[in-house]
Amino acid sequence: MSKIQESVIIRTVVRIMVPFIELFALYVIMHGASGPGGGFQGGVIFGAAIILYAMIYGIANGKKKMSDSLDRILASTGLTIYAATGLACIAFGGMFLQYRAVPLLSDPAQVSKYLIDLVEIGIGITVLAVMISLFFDISPPEPEVEEAEE
Amino acid sequence: MKTLALVVVLITGAMLIYAGHDLPAFGDINSTAYQAPMTQYFIEKSVPESGVPNIVTALLASYRGYDTLGETAVIFTAGMAVMLLLRRRET
Repeated sequence: MSKIQESVIIRTVVRIMVPFIELFALYVIMHGASGPGGGFQGGVIFGAAIILYAMIYGIANGKKKMSDSLDRILASTGLTIYAATGLACIAFGGMFLQYRAVPLLSDPAQVSKYLIDLVEIGIGITVLAVMISLFFDISPPEPEVEEAEE
Repeated sequence: MKTLALVVVLITGAMLIYAGHDLPAFGDINSTAYQAPMTQYFIEKSVPESGVPNIVTALLASYRGYDTLGETAVIFTAGMAVMLLLRRRET
């Protein structure tokens, strides 16, 4: 364990900050349609929160938050949400990703708005899973498992 | 080596700052980008057509949705490739 990981101040601040960073990431993803933000940015922020936790509390504890199998499932789920939205538009008689064709609400522009939100969520899930998996892939192996302070 | 890296970073930064002065001013209606015909189309039509107030998101996810799907697939493929190449097997 390196010196920076032993610091009580850093451990406490990280433990307090991580939920807020994750909440901000969800806000950025959901706010993508009406302001600055979007799936790519929000996904990176969410990934950074988990990476920060894994940096301070150790790779083994980080993998408890986001296991390798969950990571793989999430990475493919996000892309599937995006592609399925596009295919659903074909199923309702439109072109690929022609959101207006889905007859969910009376106003086609409103349908488009909600489907764009769905697509952004898909992008966010894929980006956060890939970010975390990249960090775990290049991190050195950690032999001893150390419990997180809850 | 560190000095060389610092010199490279400083030169690149100076070039970027120099180039930044040629960008059009914020909100300049005489800039080339604003005068382009597609700009007017997107400003007028993006809200009624896509229902999204943010024009950037409307372009990214609606008008160029196919392109963004490709970008997401590229990120996914890159992540999977790194996973296959670098992941250590538990022995």
